Amino acid sequence: MSYYYRKSVTELSALLQAGEVSSVALTEHFLERIKAHDEKLNSFITVSEQDALAQAEAADETLSAGGAPALTGVPIAHKDIFCTRGIRTSCASKMLDNFISPYDATVVSKMKKAGLVMLGKTNMDEFAMGSSNETSYYGSVKNPWNLNAVPGGSSGGSAASVAARITPAATGTDTGGSIRQPAALCGITGLKPTYGRCSRFGMIAFASSLDQAGPMAKTASDCALLLNAMAGFDTKDSTSIEQEVPDYAADLAKPLQGLRIGLPGEYFVRDEQGKGMHEDVEAVVKAALQQYKSMGAELIDISLPNSDLSVPAYYVVAPAECSANLSRLDGVRYGYRCDNPKDLNDLYTRSRGEAFGAEVQRRIMIGTYALSSGYYDAYYRKAQQIRQLISDDFRQAFNHVDVIMAPVTPETAFTIGEKSADPISMYLSDIYTIAVNLAGLPALSLPAGFASSNKMPVGLQIIGNHFSEAKLLNVAHQYQQQTDWHLQCPQEFE
Amino acid sequence: MSIEVDEVRKIARLACLNIEQPALEGYARDLSRILQLVAQMNAVDTEGVTPMSHPFEANQRLREDVVTDTDRRNAFMAIAPATADGLYLVPRVIE
Repeated sequence: MSYYYRKSVTELSALLQAGEVSSVALTEHFLERIKAHDEKLNSFITVSEQDALAQAEAADETLSAGGAPALTGVPIAHKDIFCTRGIRTSCASKMLDNFISPYDATVVSKMKKAGLVMLGKTNMDEFAMGSSNETSYYGSVKNPWNLNAVPGGSSGGSAASVAARITPAATGTDTGGSIRQPAALCGITGLKPTYGRCSRFGMIAFASSLDQAGPMAKTASDCALLLNAMAGFDTKDSTSIEQEVPDYAADLAKPLQGLRIGLPGEYFVRDEQGKGMHEDVEAVVKAALQQYKSMGAELIDISLPNSDLSVPAYYVVAPAECSANLSRLDGVRYGYRCDNPKDLNDLYTRSRGEAFGAEVQRRIMIGTYALSSGYYDAYYRKAQQIRQLISDDFRQAFNHVDVIMAPVTPETAFTIGEKSADPISMYLSDIYTIAVNLAGLPALSLPAGFASSNKMPVGLQIIGNHFSEAKLLNVAHQYQQQTDWHLQCPQEFE
Repeated sequence: MSIEVDEVRKIARLACLNIEQPALEGYARDLSRILQLVAQMNAVDTEGVTPMSHPFEANQRLREDVVTDTDRRNAFMAIAPATADGLYLVPRVIE
């Protein structure tokens, strides 16, 4: 019996480079684990076994020739929002259930070039709209720590599959918390990079001014290696940033002596109705802060006064942009088409009415309303102004601190079905993650412990200034040198 | 802020979504609640604040108009619901 599934990407890469295991053997190992466990989790929409084995064979040839890139032969899963040539890319929607992408997303082609082997495509909320993975056309994903609980969303399949150790790592996307929130609820490490750091080309667009791809894995050092392969300027994405990609693993070992950590008062409150941070989450986050203090960091109280406005502004900006982006799905060139359309308008409206789920329709309608004639200034323009205020808050804060720490979510993973009938309570599960997207900042979620009442994982959020990914990874890695929360594996998947 | 069923019908038409009558009421209720949440923005004075459309004030980049991909017309048409002679088929528009 081999225990490759317990190993980090960093360890697997070393084994592959040393010739102690082949990529084919590793790939078979993880494909077997997917077969054995994913029926319980539903974390994959598509498992691409044949392609994976072919890619693994090619990786083994590169490895034996010598000089192979660091991640050659390491298996990975891609969120089903990334276009993969020749393999179904559904975005977890009935609309794209039959969509075989004719091209690769830039993130996918870069990772292919880096030698990573794709095991398959992970489940998600439909078009990345959701915080629980319950809006997927392919059904809910289960949290490996409690199969009755949600894994979070929208990158819930990626988070659950990494947490259950059926893939060493996965890609995700984060528009309002979709990497960090599921990473926290499943007890793994996830990084949302600076807006524009990874190309959005071939990543099915939800809200173009917020969407960003990032890595999800067991450890911060794994995320560093993966980001090295994902990041970079792309002429095919006009919003990607033309800036050199540093080696994100270079600073991991730096000591944290003198690190200034900002604690935003607005993120650490609970009102009389118990709204806000749950006491279990608070206990874990405070313990993590003490750990940082013992490692030489300084804790500094700061204020982000416009935090309360991030959810309201987000629910204008994101739906407005989604209503524009999803207008391309019209039943003509690809995707779902209704039966027997009686005229062109019937074809458009029925194809879209039948193939989009309720949450997607809700957001398209909110966006359409906010952008409709006479409402633009009151909604979209107002929201963009508030975005500026939120961004200014962070700019001020980073004059005094190096990183900001906060909870990722107000509570641990909730029960499947608990919030699905109430869109507003679902939206509020992202109160601590959304501001970061509005300001375009990088932020990371790392496992910091378990809730005392229900033993579910709790995440710690580390927010940095623009392009400070290496710093965030360093700060997270140092914590993971002193703690073992990131090594905990749900018992059922041991 | 409250949205009536008639208004949902109008928004759905603008958004090209066919929504069956029984679902309209639920959407009216949900959209009203979302707009109530959004209305919290009105509590803040944003007079004179420049709207932020991009975190880095980046200008849209222009590139040379050169061919970078080869013709993949067949690959792109192969995934369409209905095609003929290199054209996408839709119901007749002009009688």
